[in-house]
Amino acid sequence: MSEPYLIGRNMTGGYGAADILHDCTIAVDRGEIAVIVGPNGAGKSTAMKAVFGMLNLREGSVQLDGQDIGHLTPQQRVVAGMGFVPQTANVFTSMTVQENLEMGAFIRTDDISHTMEEVYSLFPILREKRNQAAGELSGGQRQQVAVGRALMTQPKVLMLDEPTAGVSPIVMDELFDRIIDVARTGIPILMVEQNARQALAIADHGYVLVQGRNAHTDTGQALLADPDVRRSFLGG
Amino acid sequence: MSGASASRREDGAGAGPLRTTLLFLFVFGLIVGTGLVQSWNTALVILGMGLVSAIMALGVNLQWGFAGLFNVGIMGFAALGGLAAVLIAMPPTPGAFSAGGPRVLIALSIGAATVIAAIAVWRRLSPGWLRGLAVFVLLLIGAVVFRRVFDPGVASIEAVNPAGTGYLGGLGLPVLLAWPVGGLLAAGAAWLIGKTALGLRSDYLAIATLGISEIVIAVLKNEDWLSRGVKNVVGIPRPVPYEIDLQRDPAFIERATGYGLDPVTASTLTVKLLYAGLFAVVLVILLVFAQRALHSPWGRMMRAIRDNETAAAAMGKDVTARHLQVFVLGSMICGIAGAMLTTLDGQLTPGSYQPLRFTFLIWIMVIVGGSGNNFGAVLGGFLIWWLWVQVEPMGLWLMQFITSGMADGSALKAHLLAGAAHMRLMTMGAILLVVLRFSPRGLLPGR
Amino acid sequence: MGEDGSSVELLNALIVFMNFVGIPAITYGSQLALGALGLTLVYGILRFSNFAHGDTMAFGAMVTILFTWGLQALGISFGPLPTALLALPFGIAVTAVWLLATDRVIYRFYRRQRAVPVIYLIASAGVMFVTNGLVRFIIGPGDQRFSDGERFIISVREFKAMTGLPEGLAIKTTQGLTVVTAIVVVTLLFWFLNRTRTGKSMRAYSDNEDLALLSGIDPERVVMVTWLIVAALATIAGTLYGLDKTFKPFVYFQLLLPMFAAAVIGGLGSPLGAIVGGFVIAFAEVIITYAWKKVLTYALPEAWEPSGLMQLLSTDYKFAVSFALLVVVLLFKPTGLFKGQSL
Repeated sequence: MSEPYLIGRNMTGGYGAADILHDCTIAVDRGEIAVIVGPNGAGKSTAMKAVFGMLNLREGSVQLDGQDIGHLTPQQRVVAGMGFVPQTANVFTSMTVQENLEMGAFIRTDDISHTMEEVYSLFPILREKRNQAAGELSGGQRQQVAVGRALMTQPKVLMLDEPTAGVSPIVMDELFDRIIDVARTGIPILMVEQNARQALAIADHGYVLVQGRNAHTDTGQALLADPDVRRSFLGG
Repeated sequence: MSGASASRREDGAGAGPLRTTLLFLFVFGLIVGTGLVQSWNTALVILGMGLVSAIMALGVNLQWGFAGLFNVGIMGFAALGGLAAVLIAMPPTPGAFSAGGPRVLIALSIGAATVIAAIAVWRRLSPGWLRGLAVFVLLLIGAVVFRRVFDPGVASIEAVNPAGTGYLGGLGLPVLLAWPVGGLLAAGAAWLIGKTALGLRSDYLAIATLGISEIVIAVLKNEDWLSRGVKNVVGIPRPVPYEIDLQRDPAFIERATGYGLDPVTASTLTVKLLYAGLFAVVLVILLVFAQRALHSPWGRMMRAIRDNETAAAAMGKDVTARHLQVFVLGSMICGIAGAMLTTLDGQLTPGSYQPLRFTFLIWIMVIVGGSGNNFGAVLGGFLIWWLWVQVEPMGLWLMQFITSGMADGSALKAHLLAGAAHMRLMTMGAILLVVLRFSPRGLLPGR
Repeated sequence: MGEDGSSVELLNALIVFMNFVGIPAITYGSQLALGALGLTLVYGILRFSNFAHGDTMAFGAMVTILFTWGLQALGISFGPLPTALLALPFGIAVTAVWLLATDRVIYRFYRRQRAVPVIYLIASAGVMFVTNGLVRFIIGPGDQRFSDGERFIISVREFKAMTGLPEGLAIKTTQGLTVVTAIVVVTLLFWFLNRTRTGKSMRAYSDNEDLALLSGIDPERVVMVTWLIVAALATIAGTLYGLDKTFKPFVYFQLLLPMFAAAVIGGLGSPLGAIVGGFVIAFAEVIITYAWKKVLTYALPEAWEPSGLMQLLSTDYKFAVSFALLVVVLLFKPTGLFKGQSL
């Protein structure tokens, strides 16, 4: 079996003295959507941040395309091809949509107009609002700006931290559609989601975390069908 | 040694009594050394100002060390204390009050009434341009009426013997009474500032205190009817005897010669010692209060707020109200010290108050001494004042040393020697920056 | 006669107003705006109120003066314009080196520590005193004159001869220069912030530091560019103020309060706000401390002519005006007119 494209293996660690993650493994392969779900405080976002290098791991490793990247800072991981969309404060509110996208491409020195065109065709609403300050947009539109900003580096893998937090159900469905569209362009997506049902429905792989450990790992459909997962976590 | 001090830092006990005692002995040695090497007069001058500085540092430590508030208006609060010394201790100018006093008082009440009315109008009317216009017109009319009433009153007060007085004078009460009154004046100003700027971003308090201190000094400089402005008030009555009286007192002369001193030297030393004694009493009283406050539940709460405002607010503490309390208290102490300073000088010279220089000196005292530690603030007060006095001759020696190889009369040499006077500011700035960076907890770390 | 007479009267009132209120306030406002822009940039990027800014202006003006004297000694002049303009680039360069040095030695340490703003503020007070001492040490505490070239664009006499009016209007070269320079500098600054990649990265950093880091924006570079711009703004503002009034090290410290007031009124961190704030403060100061008697004598019918000076506050209370405006803004709209916090 070949190595997944991005994998955080047997990760143990936390922010301070106490560990939040215990021997936790998260991975996403090419052409896939992988979703991390779990109850509140299960360490979902922490696991994602660990993969992105935002906390120190005591044990375990992170590999991107077969290379160990454990020593890289988050900024260096961006250069290495990882796109990351934080859960909050993920746009430059005082700057226009277009400027947000330009800033997303800050590390690139080549022509970015083609990428920007791609982002606009993925998120048509952004083209319409491109000269408006991102802070004036609705929650769902802002999330699109945030994802668009991350796409501007032409990442090889995209990581989303609760992209649908705080948006209405209708907007949430639309955002999921957009995320599927992004995945169809060939970019692997690893995301943390609060809305487990919808997320697992679109996921190729799902990770159910409980108290910082892997509780269940399977395909999205299998997890949705798993009576254990349904009873303990999806509410029957 | 270093291991022991490191572990002490970790359990947060602050400076131990041994370190405190040794450092105080060291500073005491500096002052005694000044007496032995230079003159006892210089040593006692440093001691007197050191005591006043220590008191101010205590007040600033209350604000910064206990609560993390940055006050840049110390000089303004001290100037209010100085004004209190004039208003309490100077004799009333005969005929001045009857000439224009009531008019000035009426004018001031008109001014106050205008501001209150403007606030009331602002609150009653609904937002919109009409409200802005109404308040503006009200303020304009108020200001014009105020000047109409105020100016003739001021003119007639200032016309009373302009060369000698030309101001209202004071109440002719004992000058010691001015010390608490100065504290109250400063506390009042601090309350107004605190009400406005506390609870906002921390920088705003700094900017607002800078503003109030400039305004207080501008008022003292320009309102001749109140403080004689740049004409200065001299001869403020003293709480201690005059040298000249002592020199005429046969019993004093006898005692002085008994110690082997000539009466003139003995009298100046005696007066300075008496001042130092008075100041020391105030310092001890305030220090006792400050220590009690530090170890009271109130002090613990203040430190809890300082260390984590968000957590303290979440636990239901009214952070802004507590900050207001400590800000008013600290400024009050600065006011008391300001009144003492003017008493020591025997004169109020508004022209010589530079808003930031003294303020800044007090800050260095607190930071070098050890923020959050009352003894540290006092120690810093003495140490930095001693340095402040000594840096100027040191700078001059340094420049003389540097220029000793240069030809006499060279422009560069003259320039460098003249520039030595400005070395003080640079040195003090450098001390602040070095301590803040390499030893931010100061000589006597607090908890 | 009557109709004509009153319109001439009104014209005279307008000219007196422009001569004593309009032009001085626009000039002073431009100087404050340039100073407040420097403050607001430091606040937006480094997130502290820089108490050393007034003395940075003094430092920049001092270096410019020294170079001006050098050029004058070499016999180089700028025709009708002050030689100081030629010396400005040197002044900016030396000031930039000084600011970068203070950042390297002092502020960078606290940035790495992620210190709270008030620690920076205290450090900036230390820098202020060192800078102040240095300026006094090098150039002395007294007044320095360094303006040359034509004194007036239009003098009172020329104006009267031209128009035949009894009231004259004078525009000093330094006044015209101040306004023109301010417009050029502000235009350049806004072009830089809104149109260039580096300028946009500064705005991004100011808006959201963490996201800027994620986007690969180098904070040290942003900070360096900020200090370079601040050096230019401070030197230009300091030199223009010195040309227009007089150079005296202490005066620049006194500008700190009105500049802070301008920046806070506009909204700390907002460049547009700093400019508007600068003019609000300048006009308020001049209007409140100007004796309106002459203007009103012309503007009002004879029967209403004022008897007093019609001055609301004596000029010594200029600070009080900036302070009062500051307090009003803090009470009613602490974020300022143009929501502050980011560039």
